[in-house]
Amino acid sequence: MEFLLCILAGVLVAGATFMMLDRNMVKFLFGIILLSNAANLVIFAGGRVVQGRPAFIPDGAYVPPDDIANALPQALILTAIVIGFGLLSYALVLAYRSYQEIGTVDMDEIGMKRVLGDDQDDLAHVPAENKNQESVK
Amino acid sequence: MISDNVLLTLPVLIPMLAGVIAFLIPKKRIVQVVFNVASSFILLVSALMLFCAVHGGDILSITFGGWDAPFGIVFVADILSAAMVLVTAFIAFVATIYAYADIDGRRYRYGFVTFFQFMFCGINGAFLTGDIFNLYVWFEVMLITSFALLSLGNEKIQLYGTLKYIALNLIATVLFLSAIGMLYGATGTLNMADLAIKLPLIEDRFLIDIIAVFFIVAFGIKSAVFPLFFWLPASYHLPPVTVSAIFAGLLTKVGVYALIRIFTLIFTENYDFTQPILLWIAALTMVVGGLSATIQKNTRRILSFHIISQIGYMIMGLALLTAHALAGAVFYIVHHIIVKANLFFISGIMARKAGGFYIGRMGGLYVAAPFLSFLFIIAAFSLAGFPPLSGFWSKFLVVNAGLLAGNGWIVLAALIAGMLTIISMAKIWVECFWKPYPGEQEDFGEGLREQVQAVKSKTSHSYINIVPPYGKAALYVTCALLAAVTISIGLAPSYLVDVADRASIQLMTPSLYIDAVLTTESISVIEALSDGEG
Repeated sequence: MEFLLCILAGVLVAGATFMMLDRNMVKFLFGIILLSNAANLVIFAGGRVVQGRPAFIPDGAYVPPDDIANALPQALILTAIVIGFGLLSYALVLAYRSYQEIGTVDMDEIGMKRVLGDDQDDLAHVPAENKNQESVK
Repeated sequence: MISDNVLLTLPVLIPMLAGVIAFLIPKKRIVQVVFNVASSFILLVSALMLFCAVHGGDILSITFGGWDAPFGIVFVADILSAAMVLVTAFIAFVATIYAYADIDGRRYRYGFVTFFQFMFCGINGAFLTGDIFNLYVWFEVMLITSFALLSLGNEKIQLYGTLKYIALNLIATVLFLSAIGMLYGATGTLNMADLAIKLPLIEDRFLIDIIAVFFIVAFGIKSAVFPLFFWLPASYHLPPVTVSAIFAGLLTKVGVYALIRIFTLIFTENYDFTQPILLWIAALTMVVGGLSATIQKNTRRILSFHIISQIGYMIMGLALLTAHALAGAVFYIVHHIIVKANLFFISGIMARKAGGFYIGRMGGLYVAAPFLSFLFIIAAFSLAGFPPLSGFWSKFLVVNAGLLAGNGWIVLAALIAGMLTIISMAKIWVECFWKPYPGEQEDFGEGLREQVQAVKSKTSHSYINIVPPYGKAALYVTCALLAAVTISIGLAPSYLVDVADRASIQLMTPSLYIDAVLTTESISVIEALSDGEG
């Protein structure tokens, strides 16, 4: 079971890497989603996976019997899922906003748009009328 | 007197409450500004009290929720943590003053103060926590608020910068999380002190080396070291000056702090494996960062690349892992936070005076603003390491430690990076201060009409907002305060050197940290259990 989880995590990381190499911002973010799922699986496997053995400590013992799954990683995953969900939804909204503003999700194109060129953060020097033209474009 | 438990939680609690209250009170600019300054001042006072409580050498710790140390979440303050919290609170305080003039009413209305305060909540939490999963949570608090601060204002250029910033930081987050998962799988604990006891007992050293690499890459992205720094110069020069100054001063240093904490406390046994990696990273980070800075044409981009170069010195202190080197790294972090934030603040005033950040279109500032030139030269010389400013002592400590450790080549890299710093600082000086102004001169008053137009046309960049009454004074007071700290550290370095020495002794003796967090009883139980398993 753990072996299968490891393979699955590996496949997810490979897929995520492929997606993240794309210039398209949306594909990149989907890659991040896959990657964070792979991380969750790694944590899950770290707690060991066994079937049908409750994680209880018998009377009089200090440690649980062997071969039980640790329950804490599952709690960690829950926290990680919630946090990851928050971050990703923010990132997706941001990608959508920049699509509205700039008109593309292609990172290279965004960089090449004149308004976002390397030295363009001194827009103050563009005279007012040129500035308006730029925003119309 | 306030009890230790309260002292330890206040640096996290105050900004958290302030963030919530700022959201509830009226969104009028002046109300928000006053509240922001007041709450940051309270934070500064509480951080000072925490520092006073630990600077003698005691390590404070508390556990939350009635769960004892290895199981519950702990907060720990040793000298390093407390010093970092103190510097953070100081930067927060001066940044709120600067933000009065720099941040426009629209940003205040959309919750600038809330995000600002929550970010400091996250930073302080990361410095104080003694639990590695909790560290992850504080990193996330810091990260989400930094996304919000970067994109707040909704300018095209900011959206672009935020996208790049988000991309690599999300990857770092996932790597950090997987590393924690594997570490827990190997040891069964998340408490850092407990990890420090249990990790050496693991027989599979190869696995531990792999986990160590995960941590190096994750925190390496956060702290912008050599092959992983590209997100930083792509995004730090785009948001409002206040935001980029606190980012430049603090955020990467949280990554460096995490690296120092992890590699002095937890991964102490695989020193032979990690040291060459960290040394190479340090050398390349210093030189590549310095070289890249020399070809930039935008003041804030030059300064951004310098952050990278300076991170290299701190990593070098960590990589050498002697008491001297760590003391140098601690001194360097404190010095760097103050000077780098100041340089960004100054670049904001320069942009207001000369109309931008692009050095080709700036000039004549030496004639137009002699006091500003004075402030700049102090910060720039300090960054480059001229005596008698703070940068000289920090470079001296690190380089001295390198020579004592017999690592000539890393010292050479450090000195080359120092020279590159001088070159690009001289470039800003020549282009912005000495060169005659290429266009017509504009000042706060004269440029006002154009600024109002720019604000109305909504295509304005963040720094062309209308300067409020006494705004100019607020800008200068911030920079002068920071410059005064730089000078006083430079003239009387012995106190800070002393503090850094004691911090490094604590770091070099992990047993002090472990004893402070875990009771002797629980340590013996842990050891008995580990023996039983082994």
